[in-house]
Amino acid sequence: MSVMIILLSVSLLVAAGFLAAFLWSVKSGQFDDSVSPAHKILFENSTKQK
Amino acid sequence: MSQQLEKFYYDNKIVKWFAYACVFWGVIGMVVGLLAALQLVFPSLNMNYSFTTFGRVRPVHTNAVIFAFVGNGIFMGAYYALQRLLKARMFSDKLSWLHWWGWQLIIVTAAVTLLAGYTTGKEYAELEWPVDIAITLVWVIFGINMFGTILTRREKHLYVGIWFFIGTWITVAILHIVNSFELPVSLFKSYSLYAGVQDALVQWWYGHNAVAFFLTTPYLGLMYYFVPKAANRPVYSYRWSIIHFWALIFIYIWAGPHHLLYTALPDWAQSLGVVFSVMLILPSWGGMLNGLFTLRGAWDKVREDAVLKFFVVALTCYGMSTFEGPTLSLKSVNAISHFTDWTIAHVHVGALGWNGFLTFGILYWLIPRIFQTKLYSQKWAHWHFWIGTLGIIFYAIPMYWAGFSQALMWKEFTPEGQLKYQFLETVTHIMPMYALRSLGGTMYLLGALLMIVNLVKTVKSGELLENEAAEAAPLPKVLDGDGHSYWHSWIERRPIQMLLLSAVFVSIGGLFELIPTFLIKSNIPTISTVKPYTPLELQGRDIYIREGCYTCHSQMIRPFRDEVVRYGEYSKAGEFVYDHPFQWGSKRTGPDLARIGSKYPDSWHYNHMMEPSLMSPGSIMPSYSFLLESDLDISSTPAKIRAMQTLGVPYPEGYDKIANDDLKKQADEIVERLSKDKIRTVSNKEIIALIAYLQRMGTDIKAAPKSETENLH
Repeated sequence: MSVMIILLSVSLLVAAGFLAAFLWSVKSGQFDDSVSPAHKILFENSTKQK
Repeated sequence: MSQQLEKFYYDNKIVKWFAYACVFWGVIGMVVGLLAALQLVFPSLNMNYSFTTFGRVRPVHTNAVIFAFVGNGIFMGAYYALQRLLKARMFSDKLSWLHWWGWQLIIVTAAVTLLAGYTTGKEYAELEWPVDIAITLVWVIFGINMFGTILTRREKHLYVGIWFFIGTWITVAILHIVNSFELPVSLFKSYSLYAGVQDALVQWWYGHNAVAFFLTTPYLGLMYYFVPKAANRPVYSYRWSIIHFWALIFIYIWAGPHHLLYTALPDWAQSLGVVFSVMLILPSWGGMLNGLFTLRGAWDKVREDAVLKFFVVALTCYGMSTFEGPTLSLKSVNAISHFTDWTIAHVHVGALGWNGFLTFGILYWLIPRIFQTKLYSQKWAHWHFWIGTLGIIFYAIPMYWAGFSQALMWKEFTPEGQLKYQFLETVTHIMPMYALRSLGGTMYLLGALLMIVNLVKTVKSGELLENEAAEAAPLPKVLDGDGHSYWHSWIERRPIQMLLLSAVFVSIGGLFELIPTFLIKSNIPTISTVKPYTPLELQGRDIYIREGCYTCHSQMIRPFRDEVVRYGEYSKAGEFVYDHPFQWGSKRTGPDLARIGSKYPDSWHYNHMMEPSLMSPGSIMPSYSFLLESDLDISSTPAKIRAMQTLGVPYPEGYDKIANDDLKKQADEIVERLSKDKIRTVSNKEIIALIAYLQRMGTDIKAAPKSETENLH
């Protein structure tokens, strides 16, 4: 069942990658503000005039 | 904020074309699905023609709906949302168009090759190796385009939807590559590098995550953008959405083995899959509730707005299928549900409800916007909603009913201790359910057609705003600049991190190089009587794969009383060591074939393939009479033997040169036996090879000494 070792390592690598991304995003302040991002997407910055 | 505002343009043209492709392939995929559904009610619709038999049509349906309809839906929504969330045009117009054309070409090639019988025989990964390579290339193009846009963005914060797209991209790339390790034999034929149990595990690790990372995470990304936009309300809890995202992707990658419960897969791997599958309910429902709660205080809008109606049903269906998923992963439930139409009901609640309805809602919202007009008819959109919803109900309920009936009938014993029902009785019993399901599918399709008329009229009444002007300040350079310089200095200032990072990259590369040798060595049989297929059987097996027999027949007897009584000794892992690819299947529209070998005379198979209802009156299996006429191509035998040798199958050295002699000898013997039963045929027909394979299946173990098999799983 050596394929398990492969799949486990690949899955662990993916998980480790996710963890790294998570830590980066927390450290870089991505999630410091958990209120305004939800509101910001509602504003269009398109300049077209109706 | 003394930064000067920059003016730039959103690319709406690419969004439009992905939307058109999504609608177009969606209808094709649904029509093909309807054909497949009707074939199970009226077998004559198989038209006695190789291209149109169920076994070839069904992979076209699944691939079209997943990769063409939902695939283009992802790209449509992502290209629209990414640009606005990142306040930037897509990184490169050239890459956008390469992406569009590449993906559509892949779809066309996929449809043609699958109908022509070029298939790897692995569900949802049926496409042959040249197409697999093309998919990888186009996926990389999409990746460069997306990450390029992210790096040149004008908005520092990455909205949660973008995280979902990033997670999708990375995971799909890895899944696709690992599951597509195959050894080419010719331009459109390859053998999976993995065999038997190993192949099964890789395939369902991929298969489950295809559902997770192609049908779920990107659509959650779309949901987090389009539901708040359509409701004009912020998402219920942004913090919740972040937790939901990270929890979901961490847990999802471990759930694959729940597709292989009670099979020859080791128990600990099965349990691992179960535990993670059960845990999945939390992040899944977190996402569903977050979406639904976004509509809090806006339910009056849902009454008026067809778009929101579609979103509500989509989210509800997502909630139902993600409740059902963990339920089906419990071993006791899976013992009943697996191989039945319950699975089909389950996936269609997800596909029709979650993916389909979310796509429809997005289309109704997005098309009028980029065409600077109003939706032609809100009334028609509401009609579409109701026909579609009824369609889902008429699809799902009969299939649940069919699944439960099958499960109960398969397992029922008489007081005397004998199986109460023949397999065929369990099929004919659920035929009315198949008919009702087709009705549901038809309604769903009609709704989609109504949408097309509505969208065409909308498009005609407006004009596409190809390049939508927008303004935003660039990101201050000191923070993270234009990406390149930022990453450069980040790495430069952190030598240890850089070292670790390169180590990870190198080990990934090394791992991928090691996999082939590693696997081939491990295909050592544990049952001494299990031998490689003869050349004729190998050719027959390739016909079995080509015709998609696995779409209806399993080759995996689980250790249950009814299965052992009905089919024979339960399947052992050691029996599949030469099966490149494995053919365990996932559904029993027909009976299991793992021990079909030497159960019937050759003549029975001959007549049965010619016209199944001759031997089993009432059978819905298509006629394969074309196999009686077509000649077997034996020029491929040496290459196939050599490929198998490379994969570690122990044919003697130089066997490829004499393989066809053995093939002809065995074929002559079968023709001889057939002639004793008054069937006149010649030895070079494909049917002979198929009979050879069917007669071999599951027989090796019978010669094994008891000590070798009694404790095996």
